[in-house]
Order: sequence, then structure tokens, then C-alpha cells
Amino acid sequence: MRQPYLNTLSTLALIAAGATSVQAASHEGPVKIGVLATLEGTYTALGEDGIRGLEAALQEADNMAGGRAIEVIVASTDTTPDSAVRAARKLVEQDQVDIVIGPLSGSEGIAIRDYSKTQPGVTFINGISGAMETTYVTPSENFFRFNIDGAQWSAGLGDYVFNEKGYKTVATVGEDYSFIYTQVFGFATEYCAAGGEITDRFWVPLGTKDFGSIIAALPDDVDAIYLGLGGGDAVNFLNQYQQAGGEANLIGGTIMVDGTVLNSQGSAKEALVGVPSSGPQADTWDDPRWTSFVQLYQETFPESERFPTPSLFATGYYNATLAVLQCMDTVEGNLGEGQAGFRDCLSNITLEAPNGTITLDENRQAIGTNFITEVVQLDDGTLANQLVATKENVNQTLGIDKAAFDAIGLPSRDTPECKTSY
Amino acid sequence: MRAFARTHPVWAGLVAIVIAVLLWMIFAIWPDALSDRIGSKKIFLNALFNGITLGGLYFLVASGFTLIFGLMRNVNLAHGSLYLLGGYIGFFVADITGYWLIAFPVAFVVVGFLGVLMQVFVFRRIEGQDLRQTLVTIGISIVMADLMMWSFGGDFFNISPPSWLSGPMETFFVTGVKRSSGELIFMKYPMVRLVIFAASVVVGVGMWLALNKTRIGMLIRAGVDDRDMLSATGARIEWVFVGVFAFGAGLAGVAGVVGGTFQSVAPGEDIRFLLASLVVVIVGGMGSIPGAALGALLIGLAEQFGSVYFPTYAVVLTFLIMVVVLAFRPQGLMGKA
Repeated sequence: MRQPYLNTLSTLALIAAGATSVQAASHEGPVKIGVLATLEGTYTALGEDGIRGLEAALQEADNMAGGRAIEVIVASTDTTPDSAVRAARKLVEQDQVDIVIGPLSGSEGIAIRDYSKTQPGVTFINGISGAMETTYVTPSENFFRFNIDGAQWSAGLGDYVFNEKGYKTVATVGEDYSFIYTQVFGFATEYCAAGGEITDRFWVPLGTKDFGSIIAALPDDVDAIYLGLGGGDAVNFLNQYQQAGGEANLIGGTIMVDGTVLNSQGSAKEALVGVPSSGPQADTWDDPRWTSFVQLYQETFPESERFPTPSLFATGYYNATLAVLQCMDTVEGNLGEGQAGFRDCLSNITLEAPNGTITLDENRQAIGTNFITEVVQLDDGTLANQLVATKENVNQTLGIDKAAFDAIGLPSRDTPECKTSY
Repeated sequence: MRAFARTHPVWAGLVAIVIAVLLWMIFAIWPDALSDRIGSKKIFLNALFNGITLGGLYFLVASGFTLIFGLMRNVNLAHGSLYLLGGYIGFFVADITGYWLIAFPVAFVVVGFLGVLMQVFVFRRIEGQDLRQTLVTIGISIVMADLMMWSFGGDFFNISPPSWLSGPMETFFVTGVKRSSGELIFMKYPMVRLVIFAASVVVGVGMWLALNKTRIGMLIRAGVDDRDMLSATGARIEWVFVGVFAFGAGLAGVAGVVGGTFQSVAPGEDIRFLLASLVVVIVGGMGSIPGAALGALLIGLAEQFGSVYFPTYAVVLTFLIMVVVLAFRPQGLMGKA
């Protein structure tokens, strides 16, 4: 008789203790932020710069949010969905973080969105992953994305290369995963609507090192080739493309012409000079919000430990962290009641980010500015993305009516079809 | 060869037909019907050449691996790290001196010396303990990967070949006929890949000659067959071990320079090349140099043809070959049972 009574009592005591400690943790003491970034594999350099963006934001805020100190725990991923979920599990279930910032890569984002549904007590803020499905299909209540997605990053490019550059036919080469599908989706819908034709689409596994045969298979009779590659794959492609004597006009996907590639060692990157591209930032933009962010980035890290200017990964993680900091201040560090106040703030915030004003739609997906750029060689010999034009308030359906947009289908190897109206 | 044809007439006939078809596909001008079905001849020829040259690179990495295994029964899982280190050394030497060719001897010597240190301080102490060697070398590869990441960062390095090697050269293979004028179109192929392939053939033939025609080669072969008996005859087997380890490691370093020239050097490449050389050596047969050459060629060709003709399953193809070999000839194509 006595044994069960004791058991019940001790269980009750444990529950009570647990409840009070949770209560205390959501108001005071340091707030724990977990970070997911690709610090292994093909996208290592990209993940490292993402972390720099985060650190710049934290240093700017003196490591305080809403009156509470910030404790950061970084977990490494390698672009695969399972590595992202494993890392997120560790952060949430073992380290008990309140907020997760990340991930970086497209397919990781989809996996983390699904995982976030099983952890309603934690708020997830996307790092810079850009697959469309992440927020467009079965969005998660506690997953927020302050960067525009891969298709939005293509906004304006199709029109520009067709009308200004005069490229009437294009073949695409891309890594075979969700983010590049999304990028090609955004490019194709606009380019085909303008009247262009996409003749072939080549898909290579992420992490391909030898592109020799793909390069040989590229058609000779197109006006330009669209390259949706990133990191080491992009450098390898360019290197082998030069060795094979390739001379076609190139169009860059967003991460093809990002700082991580433009600052790689060796001469491969020189093939990119003059290549048009588009993405969520332009290195030479003279807006004061951008220039002061560049200055912050340059002052926070010594020259040998950073890129000349922040890559879009740094910007993405900076923006995500900025949103967290601002909303923590708004709720004065109170993450109680299932973080309701904090999430409400995130949903309604107008973020004055370095790369333009960002607001969220009903799926907690960013609506923001996209930049059309061209790669130029600066006076000091480094390469950078020069601004050609900006396109403001790009939403996730790319200005297409939602019903018509849904009819196109989700991005995949063959979707969208190339046709003149959607 | 004649004996083979006599004992296996059906197989010999099949092989002859395959070779004939292959030669026809390489030298003939393709009829339109064939091009329509499997794509242009240019794509086919390029995939073939790329497969062979990629096989050359795999051979350079895997031959050192297989040599070390064959003699010492050491599975050196830090072999990929030696490759990566060679790549970084090659980049900095080529960058600072401005001479691409100097990168090769420097990478060979430095990485080979590291191999000597590993043999003397690590392997000699745990000789014959397979599990311990495996775990220790995995440990070494992780430590080396982190050290290299710490000193070189996560950037992509790509070694620029000298100007006389960059760009394409015209070959005498016909890829097609111009519709308008009837002129023949010849294939253009990256110069640097051909040179690298030629170099790996030279290395391969040199190794074969050294193993089969010299006194040191005789010692090594004797060591592969029966280590205990060799040391009982009074040969200084430790020195042979050190020498072979240094040579195998040095080759991995040279392969790193080659890989950095036509691909790129970055964290993660170590694991990729370790895996590639494991597959090559398993397919070709542990400890056999001709086996490593055959395995490297097969894997290189499978990767390249896979990437063009069935890109979705390209990755699987390599492992499919490994599974088939393990199922029907578990000792490897050229391995001794």
C-alpha cells in the first residue's frame, strides 16, 4: 500500500519540478539557439559563411536578446535530409534549444519542416534553404522562412536574358535535387513565357566531380547554357569546361555565381566574367542597408577568415538571426505559452534586412526583393556580382495567379513544361 | 590467349565480337539511325575517353593502396587523407613557384615521407592486428581531415595547369560529317586529361616492370607471397615495408596533384577517393597491380557512361559492379584465391 503511494508522490514531485523549470526557462536565464549549417561535404564553404552571418548579427546585438543572454549551439549537416534531421534532433531533444536557425540546403529544409511539426514547442527559422515545397506544400505552424525561395531568386532573370541578352534557346545543367528544380522552375516559367525555348535539361548528382561527359553532351546549337550548380561542383564544372574549350554563353543560377564560387582558388572562376544571374543580393548595391551590413561583416571578421563581401548564405543567416533578435526584444525575452507571442511577432514583422524589406505571407514565407546581376571583375582583381536591376515584392507564386500557379505542378526534373503562358 | 580461345571458344567469340563492335563505334562514322537512338558519336567518344582518363586517376590512387595491402596486409584507411594532402601541397607549390611540374616531385616526397612516419610510428607497433590498424587509420584520417580543414579552410582549390596544357586539342577521331560541306568533324579533347592519362600509364608500366624485372621487385613479390619465409632468408623486410609504404603514400600524393588539376581539392575529397580506391581494389583484387588498373578502368568507364546515358542511376552502377564481382569472383577479377 505504501509503495504505490510513494511512487505517485515522487512522480508528482518530478512533474511539478519539471513544470517549474520549464516555466523558468521560458522567461529568464540564457535563451538557447540551435544552428544547423552544412559544415561537411560539398557545401562546407557555404555553411561556414552562413555561420559568419549569424555571428555578425549576434555580435551586433552584444549577444543579448530581449534582456537574456544567448547561448548558441551549432550542429553540422552535409546537405542530406537525414543529416539535417539527425542534427536537429540532437539540438532539440538533447540540448533542449528554444529556437533552431537553419538549415542551409534545399532538401534539408523540407525534412526540417516535417520534423518541426513533431516539435511544436520549438520555433524553427530557416537559414537559407530555398526549395519551394518547404513552405508552399503542407507548411508547418512553427517553421518561418525569411528568405525568398529558389524560384523567387530567379525572378526577372528569364525576362532579362531573353529580351536584353537575346538568348532565344537555352539548355540547363543542374544538380539533381529540390533547390535546383525550384531555381529552374522560376527561370523556366518566366523565360518560356517571354518566348524562349529550353531544349534540354541535364541533371547531375549533387557532388559530381567529373563533368567531362556532361560537357560533351551539351548541345552546340543553343544560345546559352543555364548552370544550376553550387560549391565544389560549380568549380569543377568551370575548370573542366575551360579545359574542354567551351565557349557558349553562360547563365548562372544563384549559387553558381555566389561569393563561395567567385572567391575560389585557381582560374576556373574566370569563365564566369560577364555571366548574367539573379539572386537575393547584389554585391555592388549602394543601398545604405546593404553597405552597412557589408561593413559590419568586414569589421567582425579579419580579412583572412571571410570573403571580401558576405555571400548570400551569410546574409540569409544574418536575416534569420535578426528576425529572432528583434522579436525577442518585442516580447522582452518571454518565450512562454508555447512561444505564442514570439511567433506572432515573427509572422507580422516587417524586417528591414540588408537586402531589402522582407515580410511574411500566410505560409510564413518571405516576400522580398530579388536582384538581377552580372559578374564583373573589380579593380582589385576579385570577382563580384554587379547590380543590373532589382525586382521588388516578389511573392512565392511569382506574380502568377495562385490557381494557375498550382496547375503548373511542383518543381521537378521536367516540371514546368516550357510554354508561353501559365 | 590462344589457349584461352581453345578452352573457351564461346567466351572468346563473344569477347571478339564486343571488341569488334567497340572498334567500329570508335572509328566508323555513325549512321543517323544509331545517333537518333543513343545520341551523337561525340557524346559516346567523350564518355569513353573521360572514363579511361578518370580510370587513370583512380589507378594512381588505388595502386598505392593495393601495393601496401598486398605486401603488409595493412588496410590503410588514411589513404584518402594522403591524397588530399598531396592536392593541397601541389596547389601551394604550383602557386608559389609558378611551375606545375615541380608540384609532382614535392608532393611525392612530402607525402611519401609522411608515409614513412606512419609506417615507423604506427603500423610497426600494431603489425598483424587488423582491427586495431583499421580503427587507428580511421582515427588518423579524421584527425588529418580536421587539421587540413583548420589550415586550408573549406575553400575549393583548383590547380591551374600551365598554358601549354590548358584548353582542348584536336584528335584524329571523327565524330561526324558536316551536313553542308561534307567535311569531317574531328573530336576536340582536353589536353591535360590526355597527358595525365599518359602519365598514369607510364607509372603503371613502370611499377609493373619494377615489380617483375628488378631485385627489389623480387623482394616485394616474395614478401607478398610469404612474409615469414622472406624474413627467415635474411632479407631486411622492415626496410622493404618502409620503402613500399613511402612509395604507395607518395603515389597518393601525386594523384592528389592530378586530381586537383582536373577536378578540385576540398574537404570531403579524402573520403571520396578512399571509397573509390576501396571499390577499385575490391573489383580488381586486393594486392594486384594489374587488378587495380582493370578495376580503375571499369569504375571510371561506369561512372562516365552512367552520367551520360542513365544519370539517375549513375551512382548505383559503380556499386552494382562491385556487387556482381563479389558475388561471382569474391577475390576480385585479378586477385588470387
